[in-house]
Amino acid sequence: MALQSLDITARSATTTPSPSARGEAVKVAKLIDISKCIGCKACQVACMQWNDLRDEVGTNVGVYDNPRDLTDQSWTVMRFSEVEVEAGRLEWLIRKDGCMHCADPGCLKACPAPGAIVQYANGIVDFHEENCIGCGYCITGCPFNIPRISKKDNKAYKCTLCSDRVAVGLEPACVKICPTGAIVFGSKDDMIHHAEGRIEDLKERGYSKAALYDPPGVGGTHVMYVLQHGDQPELYANLPKDPHISPLVGLWKGITKPLMSFGVGLAVFAGFFHYVTAGPKKVEDEEEAKS
Amino acid sequence: MNALIQRYTARERSNHWVVAIAFVLAALSGLALFHPAFFFLTHLFGGGTWTRILHPFIGVLMFLFFMAMAARFWGFNRITPADRQWMKRIGDVLCNRDQNLPELGKYNAGQKLLFWVMVVSLPLLLLSGIVIWQPWFAPSFPIGLLRLAVVIHALAAWVMILGIIVHVYAAIWVKGTIRAMTRGTVSAAWAKHHHRAWYREMTGK
Amino acid sequence: MTNHWVDIKNTDLVLIMGGNAAEAHPCGFKWVTEAKAHRKARLIVVDPRFTRSAAVSDFYAPIRAGSDIAFLAGIINYLLSNDKIHHEYVNSYTDFSFLVNDAYTFENGLFSGYNAEKRNYDKSTWGYQIGEDGFAKTDPTLQHPRCVYQLMKAHYSRYTPDMVSTICGTPKEAFLKVCQMIAETSAPNKTMTIMYALGWTQHSQGSQMIRTGAMVQLLLGNIGVAGGGMNALRGHSNIQGLTDLGLLSNLLPGYMTLPGEKELDYATYIDKRATKPLRPGQLSYWQNYGKFHVSTMKAWFGDAATVENNWCFDWLPKLDKPHDILQVFEDMNNGQVNGYVCQGFNPLASAPCKVKVSGAMAKLKFLVTIDPLATETSEFWQNHGEYNDVDPAKIQTEVFRLPSTCFAEEDGSLVNSGRWLQWHWKGTEPPGDAKSDQEILAGIFLKIRDLYKKDGGAFPDPVLNLTWKHKIPAFPSPEELAKEFSGKALRDVTDPKDPTKVLVKAGEQINGFAELRDDGSTACGCWIFAGAWSEKGNLMARRDNSDPFGIGQTLNWAFAWPANRRILYNRASCDPAGKPYDPTRKLIAWDAGVGKWTGSDIPDFKPDSAPEEGMNPFIMNPEGVARFFAVDKMNDGPFPEHYEPFESPLAANPMSPNNPVARACPAARVFKGDWETFGKPDKFPFVATTYRLTEHFHYWTKHVKSSAIIQPEQFVEIGEELAKEKGIDSGDHVRVKSNRGFIVAVAVVTKRLMSLTVGGKKTHTVGIPIHWGFLGVAKNGYLTNTLTPFVGDANTQTPEFKAFLVDVEKV
Repeated sequence: MALQSLDITARSATTTPSPSARGEAVKVAKLIDISKCIGCKACQVACMQWNDLRDEVGTNVGVYDNPRDLTDQSWTVMRFSEVEVEAGRLEWLIRKDGCMHCADPGCLKACPAPGAIVQYANGIVDFHEENCIGCGYCITGCPFNIPRISKKDNKAYKCTLCSDRVAVGLEPACVKICPTGAIVFGSKDDMIHHAEGRIEDLKERGYSKAALYDPPGVGGTHVMYVLQHGDQPELYANLPKDPHISPLVGLWKGITKPLMSFGVGLAVFAGFFHYVTAGPKKVEDEEEAKS
Repeated sequence: MNALIQRYTARERSNHWVVAIAFVLAALSGLALFHPAFFFLTHLFGGGTWTRILHPFIGVLMFLFFMAMAARFWGFNRITPADRQWMKRIGDVLCNRDQNLPELGKYNAGQKLLFWVMVVSLPLLLLSGIVIWQPWFAPSFPIGLLRLAVVIHALAAWVMILGIIVHVYAAIWVKGTIRAMTRGTVSAAWAKHHHRAWYREMTGK
Repeated sequence: MTNHWVDIKNTDLVLIMGGNAAEAHPCGFKWVTEAKAHRKARLIVVDPRFTRSAAVSDFYAPIRAGSDIAFLAGIINYLLSNDKIHHEYVNSYTDFSFLVNDAYTFENGLFSGYNAEKRNYDKSTWGYQIGEDGFAKTDPTLQHPRCVYQLMKAHYSRYTPDMVSTICGTPKEAFLKVCQMIAETSAPNKTMTIMYALGWTQHSQGSQMIRTGAMVQLLLGNIGVAGGGMNALRGHSNIQGLTDLGLLSNLLPGYMTLPGEKELDYATYIDKRATKPLRPGQLSYWQNYGKFHVSTMKAWFGDAATVENNWCFDWLPKLDKPHDILQVFEDMNNGQVNGYVCQGFNPLASAPCKVKVSGAMAKLKFLVTIDPLATETSEFWQNHGEYNDVDPAKIQTEVFRLPSTCFAEEDGSLVNSGRWLQWHWKGTEPPGDAKSDQEILAGIFLKIRDLYKKDGGAFPDPVLNLTWKHKIPAFPSPEELAKEFSGKALRDVTDPKDPTKVLVKAGEQINGFAELRDDGSTACGCWIFAGAWSEKGNLMARRDNSDPFGIGQTLNWAFAWPANRRILYNRASCDPAGKPYDPTRKLIAWDAGVGKWTGSDIPDFKPDSAPEEGMNPFIMNPEGVARFFAVDKMNDGPFPEHYEPFESPLAANPMSPNNPVARACPAARVFKGDWETFGKPDKFPFVATTYRLTEHFHYWTKHVKSSAIIQPEQFVEIGEELAKEKGIDSGDHVRVKSNRGFIVAVAVVTKRLMSLTVGGKKTHTVGIPIHWGFLGVAKNGYLTNTLTPFVGDANTQTPEFKAFLVDVEKV
């Protein structure tokens, strides 16, 4: 999104490696502990304020979720689910939804515009809207249904993990504002360690299936959840159980890209060599003469 | 003696060239969005965003004009037993051993095949294209369908591009062909050689 | 709060009841999360709704709105009958052993002394047996049938788990589970904190609900200890400061009280309040009342306040009755008020029964609003369609709107729930013509004083003699005002033990209320704030968060009243010998070596009184101990008793089913004509409760775009069962009506509002968030107080917003 000094390790629609003289950077992660989240939406407001976003004043459609969904102006929203995992024991699970910053980002894989989507060395996946052409391929690529295209400028937008703040040593705005410490930020290793402590605490409180959500299907994520019911992520407003880049997208942006290009090239070359070997098909002069 | 036979009317030729130009533009812009290696082609269209904006409109133009053309040529493209025989002898065709080839109507099996490839792939391209058309239609389709559509779009386009490459090459390779679409006429010898049945029909000989 | 926000992290168990801390106090709620994370504390939520607090709780129990006393009384019964009380604590530090007047009775739902006509009590029988020595009689064996322990045991034995379940609708197992969890904290090294807010105060029995909670805490020995206490979560950022400074109609600063209309004699006024010890060796700190009072009068009237004129006692208003918000609007509605000044107040939205408030304001000659925002009150006369359907042509009230600064546009101190006075600095200049409140009020005052000087007028003395020594008279600075409430010496103040030793020199700021004198040598605007700005400077501006004991006692952060003391009654955290019950959470302890109480807090005690002297921890009470039996301090009974809300689904109070007088609180004031406005369950079958949402602050943030975005439109919450019965789907518009009006809002159908079985009958609850109105950037909506009844708590007159009756229909 913004100009910054973070190293880029992967860049959309780019076939050559990015500058990598600095070597490995510390991977960062945001950990969202759903068992601590009170759904106050302060993170939504902090996101709006830091990123200068203002969505429409919408309507109430019979739920607490507002804005109703992610938009180009709402990069994070709280999703409220009322569930009874144990009969007679109501739970109100509140999940802060937004970009998961996959280690293997489907958006970046799908994006045809060079440099519109980048992955920094610290793991943050960022959109550079000035390079975005508005094709919406990132939407097809994303296993979490996150990017949204602006109706105003037709560019794709999503959470940047406040890459501009992180680049200068600050935590993302939502982390700073969170009043209960449900959102924490640090190195991915530290966050995994922190999550282990939280899971132990939850298990002691009777949540025997408490677990960290860091789905391997997308290579792990740089936004992780602590779930009380780690075995049933879909309870949390349909958080995918085993997310991965869709095989269709894999096919499309994987093997077909070189194969088809090769096929086209091959066809051209085949014609050329056919011409120089077999020669043109001519109607013989005598035939010409006869008719 | 160099008798000429009318093969295409001015209208038919114009129609063909609109489709052809639209194809070139659609293919170049489509390839630009398909593989980073071709992204430089977006410069032809005023940049990536313009490429994204123009491509679907070009596609729709191509579709409409092709359909008009298809309606005109539908009848000439029915596959006949002679076409099957011709296909079996494709090796002879490629090696310019044309002596034993069956007598053909206005089109040979290769041309007909291209026709049917186009007839199948263009609607597929149109439908899948609409599904992924930003910002107009894509937001109203589920993401699963978008994913299917992009794959179908790419495959259909690829098949069509290959077909057109063969088509263009064949026009270059078979001498005397291009004028059919530039001037509308072919030599009687060309007609007699390549499309004897049609030649008879046209000349009564 | 008896404790403070940070201290909540020291608890073992949090009970959130009568409040929704996560929703309404999300920042403070972080300390609950800390306690859970670092002490493995458990969180219990008892609420009519499964709230945001419940979402992160370990156990949730539903309760019918307005039945909290029955629930808590049931806990008292459980603790007493299962012997889950902190014996040494209650025996030593409470009135357990005190003998009660033989004439005190409780029969058929009424305490002795009830006057049905006046709807009040003669409280003369609600007292202790006083011995010939002038001290209250006690029986340390607790065997005497008239001792508080025995009376209390008998009173609360009626609240069996079955009775609790019948009244509250709470499933019996859930109630017992809560009891068990709470009972564990009766161990001396375990503690519970209770966090409550308007969910307890806004009832016709609000004060007694809070008292019952405090009684539970006393039984468990959880008052005065780290991680314990009764913790009122204050709403508006300076509502604590408002009550501290005595802005309520019956108060003087620092919880001193105005004289009643019969208290015309100064000496009697002081004597009644400067209570002598009721037990030997007790401090009875209010004995110093005269010092605080005289110092306040010196701060107000300076040289005009003299010993000869009883420090201007005659200038104080003498109360005929409480003049609370309900009384004022009642008077206004009766045409007895000409003008009304609303300073930072939006009564059209905030006071009950909008139609009455609006009608009352229409009878005013003038209305002044001083507010940073365009309030509904200031536009009560304007037609805003369905949301405010009035005819401006028929309203003659002249309205003046004076734009003021908001907190971020001014320097000053705010008092938080934990009694910390925290100085803050303005973040930006006020927009447009906005002026600070003190500038606006100074302007009005100076103008009135000039008019008095020029033309004279009724009762000129207090106006002409009011102290007004500000550098810029039209702009009293926050610093000047802060110094004034903290207090200064007018003459040298000397040590009473050694008159040659000068404690404070004339003209200097005093260090604390111990230096206040009743001889006119000190001036102090609010004695409990004394020392906040001493010669050391502005202690409220301190920002040193060092925590040497690791339990969040940051004594050099800001200033806590009284005397920078962070946890009230902290002497009770030690056993009678002066040793902490839990050394890991030590607040203070007796240090025999230096002969002083020392520790992580300022002792709430005579600092050099050795344990052997037998002084007890509750030094503000003349008994020295905490009271289960409230003596005459409450208007509606010395023991809390369950009464139904004024509008309730039950025809009779299950506690005294044969006494219609005891159905709802017998001592709550109801104005003539308001009885008829109460609805009955046949027409209005559902229990309604109003509340706040975390996304908004009161009626302010609907003017803020970002808050409007995250919660844009008015809604009501309806349980799935009721919704099914009424054919209502989530997102439908519904009309909610009470006997006083209706609102239309979007229905949020939820599992979180459970249907309860109350008195054998299925009872549904309708949840009604406030926050919307006819002004602002959020979607316009109805003022929820269109629905609420015009009746308040028997002691504080806080309106009953939390339990009333409605009907619901799909629009």
